[in-house]
Amino acid sequence: MTAHVRTMLFAAATVAVTAMPAAAEDTVRLAYVDPLSGGGASIGEIGLKEFNYLAEVTNANGGILGRKLEIVPYDNKLNAQETLVQVQKAIDAGIRFITQGNGSAFAAAIEDFVQKYNERNPGKEVLYFNYAAVDPVLTNEKCSYWHFRWDANSDIKMTALTNYMKTRTNIKKIYLINQDYSFGQAVRKEARAMLTAKRPDIEIVGDEVHPLLKVTDFSPYVAKINASGADSVITGNWGQDFALLLKAAADAGLQVDWYTYYAGGTGGPTAIKQANLPDRVFQISEGVANEPYAPAQEFEKAFRAKVGVTLFYPRAVNEIRMFAQAAKEANSLEPVKIAAKLDGMQVTVYDGGDGFMRSDDHQFFQPMYLSKLGPISKDQPFDEENTGWGWKMTGRIDTKDTLVPTSCKMNHPS
Amino acid sequence: MLELVTISTLNGVLYGMLLFLMASGLTLIFSMMGVLNFAHASFYMLGAFFGFQISQYIGFWPALVIAPLLVGGIGALIERYGLRYVHRHGPVAELLFTFGLAFVIVEIVQMVWGKGPVDYRVPQSLDFSAFTVFSTNYPAYKMFELLTAVAIFAVLFAVLTRTRVGLIIQASLTHPHMVAMLGHNVPRVFMLVFGVGTGLAAVAGVIAGPALVTQSNMAAALGPILFVVVVVGGLGSLAGAFVASLLIGLIQTFAVSINLSVADVLGRLGVAPPTPGGVLADVWTVTVAQLAPIIPYLLLVLILIFRPVGLMGTREH
Repeated sequence: MTAHVRTMLFAAATVAVTAMPAAAEDTVRLAYVDPLSGGGASIGEIGLKEFNYLAEVTNANGGILGRKLEIVPYDNKLNAQETLVQVQKAIDAGIRFITQGNGSAFAAAIEDFVQKYNERNPGKEVLYFNYAAVDPVLTNEKCSYWHFRWDANSDIKMTALTNYMKTRTNIKKIYLINQDYSFGQAVRKEARAMLTAKRPDIEIVGDEVHPLLKVTDFSPYVAKINASGADSVITGNWGQDFALLLKAAADAGLQVDWYTYYAGGTGGPTAIKQANLPDRVFQISEGVANEPYAPAQEFEKAFRAKVGVTLFYPRAVNEIRMFAQAAKEANSLEPVKIAAKLDGMQVTVYDGGDGFMRSDDHQFFQPMYLSKLGPISKDQPFDEENTGWGWKMTGRIDTKDTLVPTSCKMNHPS
Repeated sequence: MLELVTISTLNGVLYGMLLFLMASGLTLIFSMMGVLNFAHASFYMLGAFFGFQISQYIGFWPALVIAPLLVGGIGALIERYGLRYVHRHGPVAELLFTFGLAFVIVEIVQMVWGKGPVDYRVPQSLDFSAFTVFSTNYPAYKMFELLTAVAIFAVLFAVLTRTRVGLIIQASLTHPHMVAMLGHNVPRVFMLVFGVGTGLAAVAGVIAGPALVTQSNMAAALGPILFVVVVVGGLGSLAGAFVASLLIGLIQTFAVSINLSVADVLGRLGVAPPTPGGVLADVWTVTVAQLAPIIPYLLLVLILIFRPVGLMGTREH
């Protein structure tokens, strides 16, 4: 962060603090319900670090309506039952804003819980901010007015991904490999449908699902991919399921292009570097660190300096910023009033460009980026996991081209 | 077809040997002491983290020696000052002791190294591909894994069946009082066996760490499959564990490459599959490949029902 920006931030913070001294002792609490122990802990911890940082930045800028934002962690142990226990605990503690992201199954449980809770407890409504669970169902069949999703859902990502793949004439044979649960199945289904529609000449030579976070040796799967003669692979795998898959591919010397959702996750870039696949692993996301957009680059730099990891969730920045903005516009911390402002809200997103929270289903739409991992040049300042390789933009999909229809029939409270 | 069979066989053997590497210490402790060590996978994890930490300073090869010695030492101390007292209260108490120990070790590892994966790499000297079969590379590191596993099997087998030390160890298990009368320190024999067993787990950890992901959940991820290996092989049988490791490695690898489902089989017999969306539609379309990871557990259940002593076990338990 330059000295200039720091001074400005400081000035803004000073103004905000002095302007509202009375409210300063009270905080706005946001419950962070994600895995903080067990297999998902590494992912949950990184998210928590980012939210804590975002709270810090928000508070330095005057907080939420002058109050300090506080992130309260709750460990859901990647378990649906435990998720609801923790959400209930948060509500019992008087918290009225909940954020969660890891695992669509748990997201669905929270969405359902919050919907019912709000029906039964008018005046005590709770809002659910979803920053990473991407099963389309959450904003379609199961949609709820009280749920807001900042991450592009799986359909949006697949639309963007296949729109790019459509133009790659070197793709002839595709292999699908995904985790065997709702999200993996959604990726698999959409990939098949969209590829058939957009590039009927592409042959899908394999369609594999494997158990979630249970496989230690991916070499049999890699052998199968190799035997199928595929030139490209689509996978929604995340966490160790991605890192181990890539490691096995590296060991076997499998040379294919990878089209992924979460190659950027912990261990992913390291595995890609080890596999020596420069510019052959693609990721679809709502932000690319090396995209030359000054405000985002400044933010990323400051974040990395302070936290020591990549900013994995640009969407969480949007979430917290919009939360603050909605509170300001509503001039209230009442969840009902904040929800009314978030509904349909239009903003300039973290990575530049227009974004809006669609009123029909509370799905946020924003520009999407396709990037690839490889050696970076001088004007691309950010590498990943000290590999010397970084994410480089290969395509930008404008907000209007990311719109997908929804089957949601939402009841807006009058 | 030949290509897939060859490669699957190779992959299966490699995976099987990795399993044996991890299961050898477990089966050693069980056969010599009669203790089913639930914390075994935790010692394996401890080995991986020690290996990572030591290799940061003095390289992989010294780590491969020092880390197992350290972990073995810790194991011996735990036996001396923990397990030995618990032993008096019978096998259930021992089981619960090691069960609790597993959680303690995981917590300690998380405190020291955090919950995320650490960057533990294959050593430079082994980071090349040993040979290529049908355009698939086989890294030298995997060959190293394989050779280590075979070497450990050979040495353990020889020590236990061909040497005086092995004789005393085996005698201590069945006739502890007689061995003590003959002037041997039976508790110390048990301490050494436990130390060596945990040390072997650490060897597996140091070697498997760079090949898999070294993080605090790695014990939980591999613990269950080790018990399958030991039970299928025959509780306490070293040769059985070796055969079972290979068997499970091969079964799992081959299962992944089979894309057959119930619907396919019935289809060939002329039976129409149920309509999609029906209650059983999912069962019909699940392929053998999808079931691959649970097949070892199925094997465990079947073995316990039809041959409780395991493939090469000699005793009923």
